Amino acid sequence: MTTPNTKPSENLNIVIVGHVDHGKSTLLGRLYADTNSLPDGKLEKVQAICRQQGKEFEYAFLFDAFLEEQEQGITIDTARTFFMWKGRQYIIIDAPGHKEFLKNMISGAARAEAALLLIDALEGVKEQSKKHGYLLSLLGVRQFAVVVNKMDLVGYRQDVFDGIEKEYREFLGQFKAVPTQFIPVSAKLGDNIAHRSEQMSWYSGPTVLDTLGAFSKEAARSEQPLRLPVQDVYKFDARRIITGRITAGRVKVGDHLVFSPSNKRANIRTVEAFNIEPQPTEGQAGQSIGVTLDEQIFVERGEIASHQDQLPQVSTAFRANLFWLGKRPLEKGRKYLLRVATKEVDCEVASIHRIIDTMDLAQQQGSHTVGKNQVAELTLRTKTPVAFDLSASFEATGRFVLVDEYDIAGGGIITELVHDDQEFLREEARRRDFAWVKGEVTVEDRAQQYGHRAAVILITGGRHTGKSFLARKLEGRLVADGRHAYLLDGENLRRGLDADLSEEERGHTAEMARRYGEVARLLTDTGLIVVSTTNPFGLAYQEAFEAIRTLVHPAPVIAVHMSKTDEELPPNTDVVLVGPADFDVATARILEELKRRGVLAQAIGAKPVFQYSI
Amino acid sequence: MKHLRQLEDQSVYILREAYKHFNNLAMLWSMGKDSTVLLWLARKAFFGHVPFPLLHVDTSYKIPEMIEYRDRLAREWGLDLIVGQNKEALAAGMNHTMGRVVCCTALKTNGLKQLLEHKGYTGVILGVRADEEGTRAKERYFSPRDKHGDWDFRDQPPELWDQYKTTFPPGTHIRIHPLLDWTEINIWEYIKLENIPFIDLYLDKGDGTRYRSLGCAPCTTPIKSTAKTVDDIIEELRHTTVAERSGRAQDEGRGMELLRKDGYM
Repeated sequence: MTTPNTKPSENLNIVIVGHVDHGKSTLLGRLYADTNSLPDGKLEKVQAICRQQGKEFEYAFLFDAFLEEQEQGITIDTARTFFMWKGRQYIIIDAPGHKEFLKNMISGAARAEAALLLIDALEGVKEQSKKHGYLLSLLGVRQFAVVVNKMDLVGYRQDVFDGIEKEYREFLGQFKAVPTQFIPVSAKLGDNIAHRSEQMSWYSGPTVLDTLGAFSKEAARSEQPLRLPVQDVYKFDARRIITGRITAGRVKVGDHLVFSPSNKRANIRTVEAFNIEPQPTEGQAGQSIGVTLDEQIFVERGEIASHQDQLPQVSTAFRANLFWLGKRPLEKGRKYLLRVATKEVDCEVASIHRIIDTMDLAQQQGSHTVGKNQVAELTLRTKTPVAFDLSASFEATGRFVLVDEYDIAGGGIITELVHDDQEFLREEARRRDFAWVKGEVTVEDRAQQYGHRAAVILITGGRHTGKSFLARKLEGRLVADGRHAYLLDGENLRRGLDADLSEEERGHTAEMARRYGEVARLLTDTGLIVVSTTNPFGLAYQEAFEAIRTLVHPAPVIAVHMSKTDEELPPNTDVVLVGPADFDVATARILEELKRRGVLAQAIGAKPVFQYSI
Repeated sequence: MKHLRQLEDQSVYILREAYKHFNNLAMLWSMGKDSTVLLWLARKAFFGHVPFPLLHVDTSYKIPEMIEYRDRLAREWGLDLIVGQNKEALAAGMNHTMGRVVCCTALKTNGLKQLLEHKGYTGVILGVRADEEGTRAKERYFSPRDKHGDWDFRDQPPELWDQYKTTFPPGTHIRIHPLLDWTEINIWEYIKLENIPFIDLYLDKGDGTRYRSLGCAPCTTPIKSTAKTVDDIIEELRHTTVAERSGRAQDEGRGMELLRKDGYM
């Protein structure tokens, strides 16, 4: 026994993973006993229970917080236990190895700062050993050691240990994972746990406890370029505070921030905090902070603030490695809620490239579903543009989860940006917004003055469904209500702005839509609600629609689709009007949607509503 | 100090996630050291404001100083305090002599359930810590409870990175645990760092005893201790091997497991 520890202040989160029955609970029991971290009488109590039940005492029993679990002989859910060693408290996230409990192992590992991966010397590298090793890498746990347990059962032979180390290093090497250490131990007998083993003089490396002691607290990411995903915007008092947790880099008062994907920009005026004297003037990675800006711009949750020279990626598609834990399989073509940092957006599985067998990293192609506990490479497509990073460069903004119905059902890392057809227009919009010359009147001033925000309402649908009539009626109603609205008919651009184009060029939707979109952008910048139909674009209205959406971003585009019969809807439709047109009902529904989207004032509630940015 | 700021940053993040995602949100406040630190963290997260009600389930058996302290802070900090009580059970004479688990279930678990149902809260923030006792170590930061307030600890949704369960079927609710990673020592270190007002029942006032954990008067006993300051408490905790809740009678046997499965805090 070592000398009693005093309880320190520093914590390190450790997860212990490995194949079922490879001895995790035994290792934990041993760590507890050898570091003298058990409450008084606990060891004796468990020993007494074992005697009563006629069982041999095992260290594993110490860890079964629930009596039921002892009956089953396996730990059920991620449990956390604590032990002290040399000035640090270790929080052990006990992740069970049983196959159907992979979900808990992943939950445990996702919040770990370091890991121990157990392999049974007698059984060697098993399916779970490989799966867990792969998942640790996928989950971003870079700091881990491999503990080869039950060495007593193989006569403490070095060749057995070396064989396992070689095999497992090769496996890990395929995805560039490098463990800090391989340690031969017997958790049951205490070899190389707290004390060096006399049985294995051939091993000169550190013990398990020494290895834990050498793990460092999570490396600060404050030297990276800034990433501050917006978590919320508060206005509890005179201050309008943008909050979020800095996931990389640092900020200070005076910094010029760019919010992606809206391209909004402003300088940090103050860093706000409660009960901190003097008031802070900077923040760095890891901190949950609040800042006020020198200009009233509306930014919303999900945007990522960065410095202008190191912007995150923006697209509606990316390629990713994903692990799936859902009760029902992930399906190609199905819709899920995607969460990247603080952004939440509907997405669709555009394609499943391959399923990765974590046992041998073989790849299986042509699948349309990803089953529970499988890992896959896939492409996701989002409803609206999302700011993100590649996980190789930024950890927190490079990973995501998918929500199926009510539950988080999978997670993954972003490996590649997928170029979408809006890329060039988005770049045009970004360059244009960054260079935009502003007057003294801000967007917020206009919104205050007008009592509403700017938006574009685009009415789509087949011939003779009453699109133009509805557009006129809507414009009339908005103006009658005191709103600033304007009917922008594409025809009106043809004779003037588009007069330089040949008849043939006027048939090219892309350029026509671009011009239309830039005009709409100017009008929304004046604070107007622009009403229009896609009539001028004929059958290519969908392409035009996407271009307009990109160019007027972040002003919202409200898509209204009219049809006489039930038909397949264009993607991203907000209001669907089916059957014989009742224009009063249609107008009322559009006004409702404008309220819902925060364009027209909401009823005043306790909570400030910032539906979108302008 | 750095480790306390790290814990604070994580808890503040969780509180802000809760506030963003739950329209009908409330925080339980028992006036004990943990839920008072939690309350303080809410003031951190929302820059001096507490933008949701604080619930206290009053069993009528609380130590009187706790009620005085509650009302004083509520006044000074401008808190929206809502006190709930299982009046039916009290009228029927419920007390700890009918069985501790029976009494806790009636006055605390059912008192809480009545309060939650009555107000329709869908998110409830609690100050439980993983190191307090075995069942709490199995909690997620965002733990779902079913229509009856029950907890299925065997089938909890995964919690990945900083993404929490914030959507749930109608009729169910989510328990939110921002203090899960804090230890008892961290709580006292933070009370000292931030100078948070706490009830002096936690200190020895000359008779060689103090409360380490606060609950109902009949079921909570003080421990032998001469800790007269926060520093004394921290020093004592660094060396003790006695469990924090050893003075709490309902923890005996399988008490807490049974209670917590049915929705106890």
